[in-house]
Amino acid sequence: MPLGKKKKKKHDFHKNFDMSAHPHQDYLPSQPGKRLLDKTHTFCICPPPGEHFGTTEATEAFFAMTRLFQSNDQTLRRMCYLTIKEMANISEDVIIVTSSLTKDMTGKEDVYRGPAIRALCRITDVSAASSFPLSSPSCFPLHMSYDVVKRWVNEAQEAASSDNIMVQYHALGLLYHLRKNDRLAVSKMLNKFTKSGLKSPFAYCMLIRIASKLLEETEGGHDSPLFDFIESCLRNKNEMVVYEAASAIVHMPNCTARELAPAVSVLQLFCSSPKAALRYAAVRTLNKVAMKHPSAVTACNLDLENLITDSNRSIATLAITTLLKTGSESSVDRLMKQISSFVSEISDEFKVVVVQAISALCQKYPRKHSVMMNFLSNMLRDDGGFEYKRAIVDCIISIIEENPESKETGLAHLCEFIEDCEHTVLATKILHLLGKEGPRTPSPSKYIRFIFNRVVLESEAVRAAAVSALAKFGAQNDDLLPSVLVLMQRCMMDSDDEVRDRATFYMNVLQQKQKALNAAYIFNGLSVSIPGLEKSLHQYTLEPSEKPFDMKTVPLATTPITEQKTEIAPVATSKLPEKLAPSRQDIYQEQLASIPEFQGLGPLFKSSEPVQLTEAETEYVVRCIKHTFTRHMVFQFDCTNTLNDQLLQKVVVQMEPSEAYEVLHYIPAPSLPYSQPGSCYSLVRLPDDDPTAVSCTFSCTMKYLVRDCDPNTGEPDDDGYDDEYVLEDLEVTVADHIQKVLKPNFSAAWEEVGDDFEKEETFALASVRTLDEAVGNIISFLGMQPCERSDKVPENKNSHVLFLAGVFRGGNDVLVRARLALGDGVTMQVTVRSGDETAVDVILASVG
Amino acid sequence: QTEPSLYTVKAVLILDNDGDRLYAKYYDDTYPTVKEQKAFEKNIFNKTHRTDSEIALLEGLTVVYKSNIDLFFYVIGSSHENELMLMAVLNCLFDSLSQMLRKNVERRALLENMEGLFLAVDEIVDGGVILESDPQQVVHRVALRGDDVPLTEQTVTQVLQSAKEQIKWSLLR
Repeated sequence: MPLGKKKKKKHDFHKNFDMSAHPHQDYLPSQPGKRLLDKTHTFCICPPPGEHFGTTEATEAFFAMTRLFQSNDQTLRRMCYLTIKEMANISEDVIIVTSSLTKDMTGKEDVYRGPAIRALCRITDVSAASSFPLSSPSCFPLHMSYDVVKRWVNEAQEAASSDNIMVQYHALGLLYHLRKNDRLAVSKMLNKFTKSGLKSPFAYCMLIRIASKLLEETEGGHDSPLFDFIESCLRNKNEMVVYEAASAIVHMPNCTARELAPAVSVLQLFCSSPKAALRYAAVRTLNKVAMKHPSAVTACNLDLENLITDSNRSIATLAITTLLKTGSESSVDRLMKQISSFVSEISDEFKVVVVQAISALCQKYPRKHSVMMNFLSNMLRDDGGFEYKRAIVDCIISIIEENPESKETGLAHLCEFIEDCEHTVLATKILHLLGKEGPRTPSPSKYIRFIFNRVVLESEAVRAAAVSALAKFGAQNDDLLPSVLVLMQRCMMDSDDEVRDRATFYMNVLQQKQKALNAAYIFNGLSVSIPGLEKSLHQYTLEPSEKPFDMKTVPLATTPITEQKTEIAPVATSKLPEKLAPSRQDIYQEQLASIPEFQGLGPLFKSSEPVQLTEAETEYVVRCIKHTFTRHMVFQFDCTNTLNDQLLQKVVVQMEPSEAYEVLHYIPAPSLPYSQPGSCYSLVRLPDDDPTAVSCTFSCTMKYLVRDCDPNTGEPDDDGYDDEYVLEDLEVTVADHIQKVLKPNFSAAWEEVGDDFEKEETFALASVRTLDEAVGNIISFLGMQPCERSDKVPENKNSHVLFLAGVFRGGNDVLVRARLALGDGVTMQVTVRSGDETAVDVILASVG
Repeated sequence: QTEPSLYTVKAVLILDNDGDRLYAKYYDDTYPTVKEQKAFEKNIFNKTHRTDSEIALLEGLTVVYKSNIDLFFYVIGSSHENELMLMAVLNCLFDSLSQMLRKNVERRALLENMEGLFLAVDEIVDGGVILESDPQQVVHRVALRGDDVPLTEQTVTQVLQSAKEQIKWSLLR
């Protein structure tokens, strides 16, 4: 900023607030007092740069000001109240003015009462219950504690029938606040007011909100009188109320198109209003409707198209995105042209919204991908912030994934983008994608130039990512391997150690020319949890051992790293200071390791999601988490006692297995007082003789010693008696023995595991009609991770191949290839490969 | 869905035509420090002072605004809020000030009448709750001018009466 401008700014501040510069002839005699207050007040609101009110200064100013209470000047007194409120947080001993304020509050001057009350509420909790003139305006008691306010329920009730519209509004708000935890009271209140009618549009809005909240909580049907009330508000005279009602209806879950219709037609009318706020509100709400019920909005398409040229850019953007959601395939071209003309004028936040709408459109009309791709690449070339560019890159990537025909164009656009991209995260993400998809294209060599340029030109993070991408090309394409090795040799001379390490590593792996090694080290990364690996390695270094370190003892990463969603690119760890947060699995591992009886079980393989063993709202709430170890399972029962007149002790959940599982040990929860959850454990050994019998049903009964106790004090009786409580059965299925693992390159992994223990069988799925259903059933039943996006069945196909990957208990990879054919029913040919024969047998046995 | 509440306004701002703050009242801690507040004000000023569009969505908040000569008025609420309610607050503030400043809604007149502004805003919104939406009520309660009610606010009878008085005196001279 040029020096001249800076000076002007400083002068401006003083110009704005230097009262002595302007003589004011309108002031009444207490000028100095008023000016002091003005200055103090503005100082609080707008302190000059670098200065602020210290506590001592504020307190002193505050005391000085209290003398002004003597004056009879109305304005001065009112300014005093304002300043008290403003300084309540920064001065000490503010309550010294309580008595003066109380006097004003109960005094004869109308003009003082309201503001005095409000000031008083800000500085103290008024517990002295004198008459509280709720029915006069400007007396709204703010920030007061619940206990104090509830004494004035009667006054609030009266005030709710007041003629003054604002009083009505406040009274309603207050009553709701007092009663909101009692649903019955709220609905009684609503009934009363919806019948009696109100004068205040604000009160109506409040009522509509309360009614819709109540409808949502009680999951009321839309034939209830509450819904009728909201619907009748669509015909209210005041636009504010009409809009509130339309908005409430639109936001209700489970609305049918017929119920939405009146709301939508009202919004359509608003679209042509001369008031910008109304148009904005209408188009924003229509946008939300279009997300769930695009057909309901098509009637408004013409009005929306008119809004594209609206002078308010926010309205125009919302109109366009709504049209994108409801438009037909033929209108896509026209829409895209209209967007491109104005996208440079809207703010970044809206640009992201537009891109996301385009993304949704791409998924809806995959055939239009070339038009969209063109448009997106143009947007990519324009200026824009990081969020905007990232949204576009994500959109392009998702188009590439959905439409194999668009892959080459998409990758070409992305290559062009990284030539000149300042965002490391995006560059590395795209390089990662190139490494994955590029080798499979018809002419992979053209991508090598782009990638290698990055190695030469960019920052360390990008160079490292480029090296990894290059390696993938070398691993997959034998004819390119010699060239890649040469390039890799150059990378070994890089200035950054991460880049050199990667280059050396890949160089060595590639020189071996073995498919299995390539698969393990280049294509499919680590599937174990990183904190777990760190711990295991640390453990290993502490106890010297002859055996080499076994990766299988490391617990697997519980959240499968989804393919395109990794935000954090593969950057050298020295660049990323953040530590990976301990996962749920690590937490459980710690908890279980602290129990002495579970010490010798080995590493925790998998923990399931909690399973509820009681219905909601029963006396005791029990849920179970199944922890799988190499040869055992530990069942953790989290129990909560919801009866406040009982104390449970020595709580154990007794399990009766249906198969050959053997219950070894129970660890009871010592004590369960009211509402404090506790855990008890059962240790179970997996059957040795028949390793394929992995599923089992346990009937569970909770056994405990109960002592009655006084509900108020929690003191238990001395005596107790044994009791039991039957729980729901607990299922252990094959999914509990398998951990999901994503293999980005399934065929490489398939080759790596080898066919030593491969088995194949064919099944007829009798009860399944569609391929989608079959795929869904298999995935959920086996609990394995679908790979290569094979969980999506393309439309109108009669056959499909599903790839599943996982790790079986014990640490061996297990891969399933399921060929499905749709004929009369669905037939499925399952091929299973694993390093462990048991795993293969288990899978086939359970499917059969 | 959010809990129905009376606390609907997040902030009321008045900026001059350089984007500098003349008046600012924040009712919650969306922007807890003065530094953050000023950054927010700069941002919304940049995005709104060129257009005359009334309403925008910025930094995830609904902003309704109005400008006159060299002043920019803003009322800020959450994006879930009823936009028309926020407009009602904005209009009430603007109309009340318009009356109090005798239609002279510009920076110099406002600076000369800051206490009127403080009291007016306090009557319209307190702690984030809308207290009043009728500009007449606000002007009445702020009641800065004791005796000399401006011409435009007097009733017809009063005007005629004072006109009669003036004619009488001029005739008598």
